[in-house]
Amino acid sequence: MHRIYLDNAATTPVDKKVFEEMKPYFSDNFGNASSIHNFGRNASEAVEKARKQVADFFGADSGEIIFTSGATESNNLAIKGIVKAHYKKEKAKPHIITTAFEHHCVLNAVKNLEKENLIEATYIKPERDGVINILDIKKAIRPNTILVSVMYVNNEIGTVQPIKGISQMLKKYNSNIIFHTDATQAVNYFDCNVKKLGVDLMSMSAHKIYGPKGVGALYVKKGLNIAKIQDGGEQERGLRAGTLNVPGIVGLGVAMAGIRNYESGIRKIKSLRDYLIKRVLREIPNSKLNGSKIKRSPNNVNFSFPGVEGESLIMMLDADGISASTGSACSSGTLEPSHVLLSIGSKPEEAHSSLRITLGKYTTKKEIDYTIGVLKESINKLRKISGNVLSDYYKLK
Amino acid sequence: MYSKKVIEHFTKPHNQGTIKSPDGVGIVGNPVCGDLMKIYIKIKKEKKNEIIKDIKFETLGCASAIATSSMITDLAKGKTVGEALKITRNDVAEALEGLPPIKMHCSNLAADGLHEAIKDYQKRIRN
Repeated sequence: MHRIYLDNAATTPVDKKVFEEMKPYFSDNFGNASSIHNFGRNASEAVEKARKQVADFFGADSGEIIFTSGATESNNLAIKGIVKAHYKKEKAKPHIITTAFEHHCVLNAVKNLEKENLIEATYIKPERDGVINILDIKKAIRPNTILVSVMYVNNEIGTVQPIKGISQMLKKYNSNIIFHTDATQAVNYFDCNVKKLGVDLMSMSAHKIYGPKGVGALYVKKGLNIAKIQDGGEQERGLRAGTLNVPGIVGLGVAMAGIRNYESGIRKIKSLRDYLIKRVLREIPNSKLNGSKIKRSPNNVNFSFPGVEGESLIMMLDADGISASTGSACSSGTLEPSHVLLSIGSKPEEAHSSLRITLGKYTTKKEIDYTIGVLKESINKLRKISGNVLSDYYKLK
Repeated sequence: MYSKKVIEHFTKPHNQGTIKSPDGVGIVGNPVCGDLMKIYIKIKKEKKNEIIKDIKFETLGCASAIATSSMITDLAKGKTVGEALKITRNDVAEALEGLPPIKMHCSNLAADGLHEAIKDYQKRIRN
Protein backbone atom coordinates (compact mmCIF):
# COMPACT_ATOMS: atom_id res chain seq x y z
CA MET A 1 0.00 0.00 0.00
CA HIS A 2 1.24 3.48 -0.86
CA ARG A 3 1.35 5.31 2.48
CA ILE A 4 0.43 8.96 2.50
CA TYR A 5 2.11 10.98 5.23
CA LEU A 6 0.08 14.00 6.34
CA ASP A 7 1.46 14.51 9.83
CA ASN A 8 4.40 16.79 9.11
CA ALA A 9 3.76 18.88 12.21
CA ALA A 10 4.51 15.77 14.30
CA THR A 11 7.74 15.10 12.50
CA THR A 12 9.27 15.15 9.02
CA PRO A 13 11.44 12.63 7.19
CA VAL A 14 15.16 13.39 7.21
CA ASP A 15 16.04 14.90 3.83
CA LYS A 16 18.40 12.56 1.94
CA LYS A 17 20.96 15.36 1.51
CA VAL A 18 20.88 16.03 5.24
CA PHE A 19 21.39 12.36 5.99
CA GLU A 20 24.36 12.16 3.59
CA GLU A 21 26.11 15.02 5.37
CA MET A 22 25.48 13.47 8.78
CA LYS A 23 26.84 10.02 7.89
CA PRO A 24 30.61 10.65 8.33
CA TYR A 25 30.05 11.86 11.90
CA PHE A 26 28.94 8.50 13.29
CA SER A 27 31.82 6.09 12.71
CA ASP A 28 34.62 8.01 10.96
CA ASN A 29 34.64 11.49 12.47
CA PHE A 30 33.24 10.28 15.74
CA GLY A 31 35.25 12.54 18.05
CA ASN A 32 33.94 14.32 21.11
CA ALA A 33 33.71 17.97 20.15
CA SER A 34 35.25 18.93 23.50
CA SER A 35 38.44 16.87 22.99
CA ILE A 36 41.66 18.68 22.13
CA HIS A 37 43.08 16.06 19.74
CA ASN A 38 42.50 15.73 16.02
CA PHE A 39 39.27 13.73 16.32
CA GLY A 40 37.86 16.30 18.70
CA ARG A 41 38.90 19.19 16.49
CA ASN A 42 37.20 17.63 13.44
CA ALA A 43 33.99 17.25 15.40
CA SER A 44 34.17 20.72 16.83
CA GLU A 45 34.77 22.25 13.39
CA ALA A 46 31.63 20.51 12.12
CA VAL A 47 29.67 21.79 15.11
CA GLU A 48 30.88 25.35 14.59
CA LYS A 49 29.97 25.19 10.91
CA ALA A 50 26.45 24.12 11.86
CA ARG A 51 26.30 26.84 14.52
CA LYS A 52 27.09 29.39 11.83
CA GLN A 53 24.38 27.94 9.56
CA VAL A 54 21.79 28.24 12.32
CA ALA A 55 23.00 31.69 13.35
CA ASP A 56 22.86 32.93 9.74
CA PHE A 57 19.31 31.68 9.40
CA PHE A 58 18.27 33.50 12.57
CA GLY A 59 20.26 36.63 11.70
CA ALA A 60 22.22 36.10 14.91
CA ASP A 61 25.85 35.60 15.94
CA SER A 62 27.24 32.09 16.37
CA GLY A 63 27.82 32.85 20.04
CA GLU A 64 24.08 33.26 20.51
CA ILE A 65 23.16 29.70 19.47
CA ILE A 66 22.93 26.93 22.09
CA PHE A 67 22.46 23.38 20.84
CA THR A 68 20.01 21.24 22.79
CA SER A 69 18.19 17.92 22.41
CA GLY A 70 15.18 19.58 20.81
CA ALA A 71 12.45 22.16 21.32
CA THR A 72 11.25 20.68 24.61
CA GLU A 73 14.67 21.16 26.15
CA SER A 74 15.11 24.58 24.53
CA ASN A 75 11.80 25.76 25.97
CA ASN A 76 12.58 24.37 29.42
CA LEU A 77 16.01 25.99 29.39
CA ALA A 78 14.59 29.32 28.27
CA ILE A 79 11.85 29.51 30.89
CA LYS A 80 13.49 27.85 33.87
CA GLY A 81 16.89 29.40 33.07
CA ILE A 82 15.40 32.90 33.20
CA VAL A 83 13.65 32.21 36.51
CA LYS A 84 16.81 30.70 38.00
CA ALA A 85 18.89 33.68 36.91
CA HIS A 86 16.30 36.02 38.43
CA TYR A 87 16.62 34.38 41.86
CA LYS A 88 20.40 34.68 41.77
CA LYS A 89 19.95 38.44 41.97
CA GLU A 90 16.58 39.00 43.62
CA LYS A 91 14.23 37.54 46.19
CA ALA A 92 10.86 38.86 44.98
CA LYS A 93 8.62 36.38 43.17
CA PRO A 94 8.57 37.10 39.42
CA HIS A 95 5.61 36.97 37.04
CA ILE A 96 5.48 35.18 33.70
CA ILE A 97 2.95 35.68 30.90
CA THR A 98 2.32 32.89 28.43
CA THR A 99 -0.67 31.65 26.44
CA ALA A 100 -3.29 29.01 27.18
CA PHE A 101 -2.53 27.15 23.97
CA GLU A 102 1.24 26.71 24.09
CA HIS A 103 2.76 23.31 23.48
CA HIS A 104 2.82 21.32 26.72
CA CYS A 105 6.57 21.75 27.12
CA VAL A 106 6.07 25.49 27.64
CA LEU A 107 2.71 25.24 29.39
CA ASN A 108 3.79 22.58 31.87
CA ALA A 109 7.14 24.26 32.54
CA VAL A 110 5.27 27.42 33.55
CA LYS A 111 2.58 25.53 35.46
CA ASN A 112 5.15 23.57 37.43
CA LEU A 113 7.13 26.69 38.35
CA GLU A 114 3.84 28.15 39.53
CA LYS A 115 3.05 25.02 41.56
CA GLU A 116 6.50 25.15 43.14
CA ASN A 117 5.62 28.66 44.22
CA LEU A 118 8.54 30.15 42.29
CA ILE A 119 6.49 32.36 39.98
CA GLU A 120 3.13 33.99 39.39
CA ALA A 121 1.70 33.18 35.97
CA THR A 122 -0.92 34.48 33.54
CA TYR A 123 -2.20 32.34 30.67
CA ILE A 124 -3.59 34.49 27.88
CA LYS A 125 -6.45 32.99 25.90
CA PRO A 126 -6.36 33.45 22.14
CA GLU A 127 -9.26 35.00 20.27
CA ARG A 128 -11.73 32.62 18.63
CA ASP A 129 -9.63 32.67 15.45
CA GLY A 130 -6.67 31.24 17.35
CA VAL A 131 -4.64 34.44 17.40
CA ILE A 132 -3.41 36.20 20.55
CA ASN A 133 -4.52 39.81 21.01
CA ILE A 134 -1.49 41.99 21.84
CA LEU A 135 -3.65 44.16 24.10
CA ASP A 136 -4.46 41.15 26.28
CA ILE A 137 -0.76 40.67 26.92
CA LYS A 138 -0.28 44.36 27.62
CA LYS A 139 -3.09 44.30 30.16
CA ALA A 140 -1.57 41.29 31.93
CA ILE A 141 1.79 42.96 32.57
CA ARG A 142 2.59 43.50 36.24
CA PRO A 143 5.47 45.38 37.87
CA ASN A 144 7.18 42.02 38.52
CA THR A 145 6.70 40.57 35.02
CA ILE A 146 10.08 39.27 33.83
CA LEU A 147 9.19 37.02 30.90
CA VAL A 148 6.63 36.73 28.13
CA SER A 149 6.54 33.47 26.16
CA VAL A 150 4.32 33.21 23.07
CA MET A 151 4.61 30.55 20.39
CA TYR A 152 5.20 31.72 16.81
CA VAL A 153 2.89 29.18 15.13
CA ASN A 154 0.46 27.00 17.05
CA ASN A 155 1.25 23.33 16.56
CA GLU A 156 -2.34 22.12 16.40
CA ILE A 157 -4.28 24.76 14.49
CA GLY A 158 -1.34 26.42 12.72
CA THR A 159 -2.33 29.97 13.60
CA VAL A 160 0.42 32.61 13.40
CA GLN A 161 0.97 34.87 16.39
CA PRO A 162 1.93 38.54 16.15
CA ILE A 163 5.46 38.06 17.49
CA LYS A 164 6.81 41.30 16.05
CA GLY A 165 3.84 43.28 17.39
CA ILE A 166 4.26 41.81 20.86
CA SER A 167 7.98 42.61 20.97
CA GLN A 168 7.32 46.19 19.83
CA MET A 169 4.67 46.62 22.52
CA LEU A 170 6.98 45.17 25.18
CA LYS A 171 9.86 47.45 24.21
CA LYS A 172 7.64 50.50 24.51
CA TYR A 173 6.06 49.37 27.73
CA ASN A 174 8.95 47.92 29.68
CA SER A 175 12.10 46.98 27.80
CA ASN A 176 13.35 44.88 30.73
CA ILE A 177 10.77 42.20 30.08
CA ILE A 178 12.36 39.23 28.30
CA PHE A 179 10.53 37.86 25.28
CA HIS A 180 10.71 34.20 24.30
CA THR A 181 9.08 32.48 21.35
CA ASP A 182 8.77 28.81 20.57
CA ALA A 183 9.33 28.86 16.80
CA THR A 184 9.27 25.09 16.32
CA GLN A 185 6.42 25.11 13.79
CA ALA A 186 7.46 28.39 12.17
CA VAL A 187 11.01 27.79 10.98
CA ASN A 188 9.98 26.11 7.72
CA TYR A 189 7.61 28.83 6.59
CA PHE A 190 8.14 32.16 8.34
CA ASP A 191 10.78 34.81 8.76
CA CYS A 192 12.79 33.82 11.82
CA ASN A 193 15.20 36.74 11.86
CA VAL A 194 15.54 37.45 15.57
CA LYS A 195 16.33 41.13 15.07
CA LYS A 196 13.29 41.71 12.90
CA LEU A 197 11.13 39.75 15.32
CA GLY A 198 12.66 41.46 18.35
CA VAL A 199 12.90 38.32 20.48
CA ASP A 200 15.44 37.58 23.22
CA LEU A 201 15.03 33.82 23.17
CA MET A 202 13.83 31.50 20.40
CA SER A 203 13.43 27.72 20.39
CA MET A 204 13.41 25.30 17.50
CA SER A 205 13.76 21.60 16.70
CA ALA A 206 15.53 19.88 13.80
CA HIS A 207 13.07 17.08 13.13
CA LYS A 208 10.31 19.48 12.07
CA ILE A 209 12.47 20.82 9.24
CA TYR A 210 13.62 17.59 7.55
CA GLY A 211 16.47 17.17 10.01
CA PRO A 212 17.09 14.42 12.59
CA LYS A 213 15.28 13.85 15.87
CA GLY A 214 16.95 14.55 19.21
CA VAL A 215 18.54 17.88 18.34
CA GLY A 216 17.43 21.49 18.45
CA ALA A 217 18.62 24.95 19.28
CA LEU A 218 17.91 27.89 21.51
CA TYR A 219 18.79 31.40 20.43
CA VAL A 220 19.95 33.39 23.46
CA LYS A 221 20.49 37.08 22.85
CA LYS A 222 23.97 38.30 23.75
CA GLY A 223 24.18 39.58 27.33
CA LEU A 224 20.88 38.03 28.44
CA ASN A 225 20.85 36.98 32.07
CA ILE A 226 20.06 33.26 31.92
CA ALA A 227 21.26 30.36 34.10
CA LYS A 228 21.91 26.72 33.26
CA ILE A 229 19.35 24.19 34.49
CA GLN A 230 21.43 21.05 34.02
CA ASP A 231 24.75 20.36 35.77
CA GLY A 232 27.80 18.82 34.15
CA GLY A 233 30.50 20.05 31.82
CA GLU A 234 31.01 23.52 30.43
CA GLN A 235 29.64 22.83 26.94
CA GLU A 236 27.63 25.51 25.14
CA ARG A 237 29.06 28.43 27.11
CA GLY A 238 28.25 26.61 30.34
CA LEU A 239 24.52 26.78 29.54
CA ARG A 240 23.94 23.23 28.41
CA ALA A 241 26.05 20.46 29.90
CA GLY A 242 26.43 17.21 28.00
CA THR A 243 28.44 15.80 25.11
CA LEU A 244 27.37 17.41 21.88
CA ASN A 245 25.29 15.34 19.46
CA VAL A 246 27.68 15.97 16.57
CA PRO A 247 25.89 14.14 13.72
CA GLY A 248 22.58 15.58 14.85
CA ILE A 249 23.97 19.09 15.01
CA VAL A 250 25.50 18.69 11.54
CA GLY A 251 22.09 17.56 10.29
CA LEU A 252 20.38 20.52 11.92
CA GLY A 253 22.76 22.95 10.23
CA VAL A 254 22.31 21.40 6.79
CA ALA A 255 18.52 21.24 7.20
CA MET A 256 18.39 24.92 8.13
CA ALA A 257 20.64 25.99 5.30
CA GLY A 258 18.26 24.11 2.99
CA ILE A 259 15.21 26.17 3.95
CA ARG A 260 16.36 29.45 2.47
CA ASN A 261 15.51 28.84 -1.18
CA TYR A 262 12.11 27.61 -0.30
CA GLU A 263 9.77 30.36 -1.59
CA SER A 264 8.30 28.31 -4.45
CA GLY A 265 7.86 25.32 -2.15
CA ILE A 266 5.85 27.42 0.28
CA ARG A 267 3.60 28.64 -2.51
CA LYS A 268 2.96 25.07 -3.62
CA ILE A 269 2.08 23.87 -0.10
CA LYS A 270 -0.15 26.85 0.48
CA SER A 271 -2.15 26.25 -2.68
CA LEU A 272 -2.54 22.56 -1.80
CA ARG A 273 -3.71 23.57 1.67
CA ASP A 274 -6.28 25.99 0.29
CA TYR A 275 -7.49 23.39 -2.20
CA LEU A 276 -7.94 20.87 0.63
CA ILE A 277 -9.80 23.36 2.85
CA LYS A 278 -12.06 24.48 0.03
CA ARG A 279 -13.04 20.98 -1.05
CA VAL A 280 -13.60 19.61 2.45
CA LEU A 281 -15.76 22.54 3.57
CA ARG A 282 -17.77 22.30 0.36
CA GLU A 283 -18.10 18.52 0.08
CA ILE A 284 -18.35 17.33 3.69
CA PRO A 285 -21.51 18.62 5.36
CA ASN A 286 -21.18 20.18 8.79
CA SER A 287 -17.39 20.50 8.64
CA LYS A 288 -15.60 23.37 10.27
CA LEU A 289 -12.09 24.79 9.95
CA ASN A 290 -10.48 25.50 13.32
CA GLY A 291 -8.38 28.65 13.51
CA SER A 292 -7.98 31.61 11.19
CA LYS A 293 -7.99 30.87 7.49
CA ILE A 294 -5.60 33.72 6.75
CA LYS A 295 -3.22 33.95 9.71
CA ARG A 296 -2.27 30.33 9.26
CA SER A 297 0.78 28.23 8.54
CA PRO A 298 0.95 27.16 4.86
CA ASN A 299 1.07 23.49 5.86
CA ASN A 300 -1.67 23.26 8.51
CA VAL A 301 -5.30 22.27 8.26
CA ASN A 302 -7.43 21.50 11.32
CA PHE A 303 -11.08 20.52 10.97
CA SER A 304 -13.87 19.51 13.30
CA PHE A 305 -16.47 17.03 12.08
CA PRO A 306 -19.32 16.86 14.60
CA GLY A 307 -20.68 13.35 15.05
CA VAL A 308 -17.24 11.85 14.51
CA GLU A 309 -14.65 11.10 17.16
CA GLY A 310 -11.12 12.03 16.11
CA GLU A 311 -9.28 8.87 17.07
CA SER A 312 -11.77 6.70 15.20
CA LEU A 313 -11.29 8.85 12.14
CA ILE A 314 -7.49 8.59 12.38
CA MET A 315 -7.75 4.81 12.58
CA MET A 316 -10.03 4.62 9.55
CA LEU A 317 -7.72 6.87 7.53
CA ASP A 318 -4.76 4.78 8.64
CA ALA A 319 -6.47 1.60 7.47
CA ASP A 320 -6.57 3.21 4.01
CA GLY A 321 -2.92 4.24 4.14
CA ILE A 322 -3.29 7.83 5.30
CA SER A 323 -1.37 9.11 8.34
CA ALA A 324 -2.90 12.17 10.01
CA SER A 325 -3.57 13.10 13.62
CA THR A 326 -6.18 14.57 15.93
CA GLY A 327 -3.82 17.18 17.30
CA SER A 328 -0.45 17.10 18.93
CA ALA A 329 1.29 13.71 18.88
CA CYS A 330 2.54 14.54 22.37
CA SER A 331 -1.03 14.56 23.74
CA SER A 332 -2.28 11.37 22.12
CA GLY A 333 -1.51 9.47 25.34
CA THR A 334 -4.25 11.38 27.14
CA LEU A 335 -8.00 11.27 26.72
CA GLU A 336 -8.47 14.96 27.43
CA PRO A 337 -9.95 17.06 24.66
CA SER A 338 -7.36 19.32 23.02
CA HIS A 339 -6.46 22.29 25.26
CA VAL A 340 -5.83 24.28 22.10
CA LEU A 341 -9.34 23.81 20.73
CA LEU A 342 -10.90 24.44 24.16
CA SER A 343 -8.88 27.67 24.41
CA ILE A 344 -10.46 29.02 21.20
CA GLY A 345 -13.93 28.26 22.56
CA SER A 346 -14.67 24.87 20.98
CA LYS A 347 -17.16 22.68 22.82
CA PRO A 348 -15.66 19.42 24.18
CA GLU A 349 -17.47 17.39 21.52
CA GLU A 350 -16.07 19.67 18.80
CA ALA A 351 -12.60 19.32 20.29
CA HIS A 352 -12.96 15.52 20.31
CA SER A 353 -13.97 15.56 16.66
CA SER A 354 -10.84 17.25 15.35
CA LEU A 355 -8.55 16.18 12.54
CA ARG A 356 -5.16 17.77 11.91
CA ILE A 357 -3.66 17.38 8.46
CA THR A 358 -0.19 18.85 8.05
CA LEU A 359 1.37 18.90 4.61
CA GLY A 360 5.04 18.71 3.77
CA LYS A 361 7.37 19.37 0.89
CA TYR A 362 6.75 15.91 -0.54
CA THR A 363 2.93 16.12 -0.47
CA THR A 364 1.26 15.88 -3.91
CA LYS A 365 -2.14 16.92 -5.25
CA LYS A 366 -2.86 13.29 -6.08
CA GLU A 367 -2.38 12.38 -2.42
CA ILE A 368 -4.71 15.17 -1.35
CA ASP A 369 -7.39 14.06 -3.81
CA TYR A 370 -7.18 10.48 -2.57
CA THR A 371 -7.32 11.70 1.05
CA ILE A 372 -10.46 13.75 0.45
CA GLY A 373 -12.18 10.69 -1.03
CA VAL A 374 -11.27 8.47 1.92
CA LEU A 375 -12.17 11.23 4.35
CA LYS A 376 -15.66 11.52 2.92
CA GLU A 377 -16.26 7.78 3.14
CA SER A 378 -14.87 7.46 6.66
CA ILE A 379 -16.90 10.38 7.98
CA ASN A 380 -20.06 9.00 6.41
CA LYS A 381 -19.45 5.64 8.03
CA LEU A 382 -18.66 7.05 11.48
CA ARG A 383 -21.63 9.42 11.38
CA LYS A 384 -23.85 6.46 10.57
CA ILE A 385 -22.46 4.62 13.60
CA SER A 386 -23.01 7.60 15.91
CA GLY A 387 -26.51 8.28 14.57
CA ASN A 388 -28.38 10.73 16.76
CA VAL A 389 -26.69 9.81 20.01
CA LEU A 390 -25.35 13.32 20.65
CA SER A 391 -28.67 15.11 20.19
CA ASP A 392 -30.46 12.34 22.12
CA TYR A 393 -28.01 12.86 24.97
CA TYR A 394 -28.74 16.60 25.10
CA LYS A 395 -32.51 15.99 24.95
CA LEU A 396 -32.15 13.76 27.98
CA LYS A 397 -30.11 16.25 30.03
CA MET B 1 -2.11 -0.74 20.67
CA TYR B 2 -5.51 -2.34 19.93
CA SER B 3 -6.12 -6.09 19.69
CA LYS B 4 -7.14 -7.68 16.39
CA LYS B 5 -10.59 -8.29 17.84
CA VAL B 6 -11.06 -4.60 18.66
CA ILE B 7 -10.05 -3.59 15.13
CA GLU B 8 -12.41 -6.22 13.70
CA HIS B 9 -15.39 -4.92 15.66
CA PHE B 10 -14.44 -1.30 15.03
CA THR B 11 -14.17 -1.65 11.26
CA LYS B 12 -17.19 -3.96 10.91
CA PRO B 13 -19.41 -3.36 13.92
CA HIS B 14 -22.27 -5.80 14.56
CA ASN B 15 -25.85 -4.72 15.26
CA GLN B 16 -25.24 -1.07 14.53
CA GLY B 17 -28.33 1.10 14.14
CA THR B 18 -31.64 1.72 15.88
CA ILE B 19 -34.76 -0.25 16.86
CA LYS B 20 -38.02 1.45 15.90
CA SER B 21 -40.17 0.85 18.98
CA PRO B 22 -37.69 -0.43 21.53
CA ASP B 23 -38.69 -1.88 24.89
CA GLY B 24 -35.73 -0.23 26.59
CA VAL B 25 -33.11 2.40 25.83
CA GLY B 26 -29.91 3.34 27.70
CA ILE B 27 -27.68 6.34 27.07
CA VAL B 28 -24.30 6.46 28.81
CA GLY B 29 -21.10 8.50 28.62
CA ASN B 30 -20.65 12.22 28.15
CA PRO B 31 -19.32 14.61 25.52
CA VAL B 32 -16.45 15.83 27.75
CA CYS B 33 -14.94 12.34 27.80
CA GLY B 34 -15.68 12.05 24.11
CA ASP B 35 -17.62 8.79 24.28
CA LEU B 36 -21.41 8.54 24.05
CA MET B 37 -23.35 5.33 23.63
CA LYS B 38 -27.01 4.48 23.12
CA ILE B 39 -28.26 0.90 23.44
CA TYR B 40 -31.70 -0.19 22.20
CA ILE B 41 -33.28 -3.50 23.25
CA LYS B 42 -36.33 -5.48 22.19
CA ILE B 43 -37.59 -8.06 24.68
CA LYS B 44 -39.60 -11.18 23.98
CA LYS B 45 -41.27 -13.20 26.70
CA GLU B 46 -40.85 -16.96 26.38
CA LYS B 47 -42.60 -18.86 29.17
CA LYS B 48 -41.32 -17.17 32.31
CA ASN B 49 -38.19 -15.80 30.66
CA GLU B 50 -37.62 -12.36 29.24
CA ILE B 51 -35.24 -12.78 26.32
CA ILE B 52 -33.24 -10.03 24.58
CA LYS B 53 -34.55 -10.70 21.11
CA ASP B 54 -32.89 -7.79 19.41
CA ILE B 55 -30.27 -5.24 20.41
CA LYS B 56 -28.79 -2.30 18.51
CA PHE B 57 -26.42 0.54 19.25
CA GLU B 58 -25.39 4.05 18.21
CA THR B 59 -22.00 5.23 19.43
CA LEU B 60 -19.99 8.38 19.12
CA GLY B 61 -16.50 7.58 20.31
CA CYS B 62 -13.09 6.13 19.78
CA ALA B 63 -12.35 2.73 18.29
CA SER B 64 -12.64 0.94 21.63
CA ALA B 65 -15.98 2.62 22.38
CA ILE B 66 -17.36 1.38 19.06
CA ALA B 67 -15.81 -2.08 19.49
CA THR B 68 -17.22 -2.54 23.01
CA SER B 69 -20.66 -1.47 21.76
CA SER B 70 -20.52 -4.02 19.01
CA MET B 71 -19.27 -6.72 21.40
CA ILE B 72 -21.97 -6.10 24.01
CA THR B 73 -24.67 -6.65 21.41
CA ASP B 74 -23.11 -10.03 20.54
CA LEU B 75 -22.82 -10.97 24.20
CA ALA B 76 -26.35 -9.94 25.15
CA LYS B 77 -28.36 -11.12 22.14
CA GLY B 78 -30.50 -14.16 23.01
CA LYS B 79 -29.71 -13.91 26.72
CA THR B 80 -32.34 -13.54 29.43
CA VAL B 81 -32.55 -10.17 31.14
CA GLY B 82 -31.15 -11.76 34.30
CA GLU B 83 -28.15 -13.15 32.44
CA ALA B 84 -27.57 -9.87 30.62
CA LEU B 85 -27.47 -7.94 33.88
CA LYS B 86 -24.56 -10.12 34.96
CA ILE B 87 -22.38 -9.11 31.97
CA THR B 88 -19.62 -6.86 33.29
CA ARG B 89 -17.21 -4.36 31.77
CA ASN B 90 -14.48 -6.93 32.27
CA ASP B 91 -16.42 -9.57 30.31
CA VAL B 92 -16.59 -7.14 27.38
CA ALA B 93 -12.89 -6.29 27.58
CA GLU B 94 -11.97 -9.98 27.80
CA ALA B 95 -14.15 -10.92 24.84
CA LEU B 96 -12.26 -8.26 22.86
CA GLU B 97 -8.91 -9.80 23.87
CA GLY B 98 -8.15 -6.86 26.10
CA LEU B 99 -8.30 -3.06 25.87
CA PRO B 100 -5.44 -0.57 26.29
CA PRO B 101 -5.26 0.33 30.03
CA ILE B 102 -6.09 3.98 29.35
CA LYS B 103 -9.34 2.92 27.62
CA MET B 104 -10.55 0.56 30.36
CA HIS B 105 -12.43 3.25 32.21
CA CYS B 106 -13.64 5.89 29.77
CA SER B 107 -14.42 3.92 26.64
CA ASN B 108 -15.57 0.68 28.20
CA LEU B 109 -19.14 1.84 28.73
CA ALA B 110 -21.08 -0.79 26.84
CA ALA B 111 -22.00 -2.96 29.84
CA ASP B 112 -23.32 0.15 31.60
CA GLY B 113 -25.33 1.03 28.49
CA LEU B 114 -26.89 -2.42 28.38
CA HIS B 115 -27.77 -2.31 32.09
CA GLU B 116 -29.34 1.15 31.65
CA ALA B 117 -31.44 -0.15 28.75
CA ILE B 118 -32.63 -3.08 30.87
CA LYS B 119 -33.46 -0.77 33.80
CA ASP B 120 -35.43 1.40 31.38
CA TYR B 121 -37.33 -1.69 30.19
CA GLN B 122 -38.08 -2.77 33.76
CA LYS B 123 -39.29 0.73 34.63
CA ARG B 124 -41.59 0.75 31.60
CA ILE B 125 -43.25 -2.60 32.45
CA ARG B 126 -43.76 -1.57 36.07
CA ASN B 127 -45.65 1.57 35.01
